[in-house]
Amino acid sequence: MERRTIFPGRAFPILLVLPQLLLTFVFFLWPAGQAIWSSMTRADPFGIRTTFVGTENFYDLFTDPLYRDSIGRTLVFCVAVSVLSMGVALLLAVCADREIRGRGWYRIMLIWPYAVAPAVAAVLWILLLHPQIGLIGRWLNRHGVPWDYKLNGLQAMSVVIGASAWKQVSYNFIFFLAGLQSIPRAVIEAARMDGAKGWFRFRTMVLPLLMPTVFFLIVVNLVYAAFDTFGTIQALTQGGPGKATETLVVKVFRDGLINLDVGGSSAQSVVLMLGVIVLTAVQFRFLSRRTDS
Amino acid sequence: MHRRTLLAGAAALAASPAALPATAWAQAASKTKVVFWHAMTGANGDEINRIARDFNASQSGVEVEPIFKGSYPETLTAAIAAWRAGQAPHIAQIYEVGTGSMLAAGPAVKQVWQLAQDTGLKIDPATYLPAVRGYYSLVDGRMASMPFNSSTGVMWYNKDAFEMAGLDPEKAPVTWAEFATAARALKEKWAVPTMAKSGGQELMATTTSWFAWIQLEEYSAIHNLPFATKADGFEGLDTELKFNAAPQVKQLQMLLELARDGAFKYTGRDNTPDPVFYSGQTAIGFGSSAGRADIVRNAKFKWAAAMLPYDPAVIQQPNNTIIGGASLWTMTTPTRKPEEYKAVAQFLQFLAQPENDTLYHQHTGYVPVTLGGYELSQKQGYYEKNPGADIAIKSLTRGTVTENSRGLRLGRLPEIRNIVYEEVEKALQGQQNAQAALDSAVARGNRVLREFEKSVRT
Repeated sequence: MERRTIFPGRAFPILLVLPQLLLTFVFFLWPAGQAIWSSMTRADPFGIRTTFVGTENFYDLFTDPLYRDSIGRTLVFCVAVSVLSMGVALLLAVCADREIRGRGWYRIMLIWPYAVAPAVAAVLWILLLHPQIGLIGRWLNRHGVPWDYKLNGLQAMSVVIGASAWKQVSYNFIFFLAGLQSIPRAVIEAARMDGAKGWFRFRTMVLPLLMPTVFFLIVVNLVYAAFDTFGTIQALTQGGPGKATETLVVKVFRDGLINLDVGGSSAQSVVLMLGVIVLTAVQFRFLSRRTDS
Repeated sequence: MHRRTLLAGAAALAASPAALPATAWAQAASKTKVVFWHAMTGANGDEINRIARDFNASQSGVEVEPIFKGSYPETLTAAIAAWRAGQAPHIAQIYEVGTGSMLAAGPAVKQVWQLAQDTGLKIDPATYLPAVRGYYSLVDGRMASMPFNSSTGVMWYNKDAFEMAGLDPEKAPVTWAEFATAARALKEKWAVPTMAKSGGQELMATTTSWFAWIQLEEYSAIHNLPFATKADGFEGLDTELKFNAAPQVKQLQMLLELARDGAFKYTGRDNTPDPVFYSGQTAIGFGSSAGRADIVRNAKFKWAAAMLPYDPAVIQQPNNTIIGGASLWTMTTPTRKPEEYKAVAQFLQFLAQPENDTLYHQHTGYVPVTLGGYELSQKQGYYEKNPGADIAIKSLTRGTVTENSRGLRLGRLPEIRNIVYEEVEKALQGQQNAQAALDSAVARGNRVLREFEKSVRT
């Protein structure tokens, strides 16, 4: 049941896709090309003296132990954020999928945080957790818990993981809820008739049917944690204390815009770009295999 | 072609977010407009607007428009991005540690001596205080940028807290040993967690703003120790950091020990700890003398300022402190007309008039940058009426300026400061000792200096 419209000639089809091509060129190809070019140069901040240095920036990058640390830190951060936000979202979605009073209201409240801007969310977290002015922070200190995420790297990492995961719970919640609702009731009813109880039913029936959603969300969450959490981290810790919360995107910002090392920062961007390309390729491959079968 | 105009439009939009409303355009059409990007907030930000208003009212040919561009590093970055897009402001306020980068900016800036030459308006270096002028001048004495807001590190202390801790509120600690004793006394007798006294706030005996600047750069200058080779970078780009010597390690060690015992608390980078002092949460807060305006506005307790302590075991006659703050750089664009540069020079001349300089000094806590401004404040009896307001300038003019106390001329110094913060934060977490922290900061900082050297030499 596939319908296809074939346009005659060449000019008209090209004209139709031209706006999209133009957008892709202006907002992706052109800046990406610039990034690749400047990743192979060394320039002063003003761009007055630019020399071509080939792969020297990349060599410097991968021989720098601090960069390797940052890669490891980013991996830990991404996995923690994905697991936490997806776990919480799945739990909430399973709860919201039942027949409960005020279900609509409950769902709307859960979707809300998605609309909060990262910087605003970070300020709210600061008002809660700041060791000197935050509600929870002060309470912890008063009760003998030495809480100071501005100086304790582990605490700082937990704070940015918590804040980033919280932002993403709503998004995951929507997808999990939709996924749960698309599972035919008859299947679940049949399982129930056969005597499958709560957890067992969830593990053997619901979860396998939910796997496509889970896999999709894993990729989306990894990309989110790796690239979209800059605002939250910058507002909360600026990558500190020490380098405890400096993920790869924070490092790109720090080196490029604060330290004005355009070449080195571009090289990092190119590495990140390759990361996204790989993740996207994996996702496409998986999705196309699923539709084929 | 289509694409290019679109891009140029987008770049212009990004670079000049302060597009004027139509009515302002009509008024400003006959005047030469001078756009002034600055990084001042709070009371100091209001003061910039006052200066612009006064200048605009004082003559009819030029209209200065001050625009707040964020923190110092953000302003520097914005100015560089704007210049690359051909949209640089006429004047950019660049912090002192950005001086090394700006001096390497070649055609992007018009240095003060050049501006004076091109416009024929006289700007005389001799009217400025030597400790201020030196930081912003070329080795031969020609001025590169215009001294504007200069401060220096001082020690703010809470007299009420001193009294409560059984310390003499009229006698601030003079040496670092006395400071350590006072800090421990404050910890024992004042910073005890009783909710009634502190209103639920956590009290901490001592803290510091600008750790890298005050505890390391200023410390080195006061004790006549090189921060870097080649006269702190003034005499060549092949300079190397030297701040991991025994005295600086001892200083960091002392702070680490006080922190361990709860008598010193690290409360963040740069000036983020400032509110901790004026909200009354700490008894001693090291900070910039420019914090005065906010302290006057907010502090609900008796306070005073004192010079930064020194260590008599290292030096008997301490040197002058070095300045912090920022200077004004004249920036270029391909289409900028001679009359615009002339307008810039007029504004800079206005700032240097003794009456304006002294007003700015008294309103903010920055030091007067001209000798005339300082003399005028003395003549007006300002320092008798406001004891301690001259601490900063006394501290800057103490002794004679040596090559270790003239200032720092290092490229990418903001990055080096961040490295210092990172290593010190690791030491405060107990991950390394003082020597290891400074060794590591020096090693990482030297790599940055070599990168900078390569980038401006090629």
